[in-house]
Amino acid sequence: MAIEWLKDVEAGLERARRDGRPVLLDFSAAPT
Amino acid sequence: MERAITSEFVPVRAHVEHQPEVFERFHVQWTPTQLILDEHGEEHHRMEGFLPVEDFLAELELGLGKLAFDRKDYDAAGLRFRRVVEEHPEAAVAPEARYWAGVAAYKANHEPHALEDTAKALHERYPDSEWARKSSVWMH
Repeated sequence: MAIEWLKDVEAGLERARRDGRPVLLDFSAAPT
Repeated sequence: MERAITSEFVPVRAHVEHQPEVFERFHVQWTPTQLILDEHGEEHHRMEGFLPVEDFLAELELGLGKLAFDRKDYDAAGLRFRRVVEEHPEAAVAPEARYWAGVAAYKANHEPHALEDTAKALHERYPDSEWARKSSVWMH
């Protein structure tokens, strides 16, 4: 199961409010 | 690991090259770093540096426990903390989780034996941990 990472923090927080789940915010420097 | 993330969290990723402002906002200066945020963007747990899978899973559970604890939902917090110890007993954060499980139990029912029992358990199971030392004050 691949993880679909959102790239927008505010969109993530909005979804968190809607879904009742916390945000896992990953800070990455991996090559894109 | 993917399942643990997608079932419990809204996953968001910030890249150092493309979103340096997010790094600034949350005072992150090193990768990998993961934060657990509530729906208002408030930080409840921080993981810095690479972690093996077992430790990472334990940290996620610990963070969910801290989130519940911060919300004063001590029953839910205790469940999370105990799950760390039961499912990831060798994880680096297992002693910390055992400590907070005791605190959550005490907060939930004000039963002082919860703290003493926790101190005994920590000294038996994780005697060299800082959490055993922190719990020493609960020993009678």
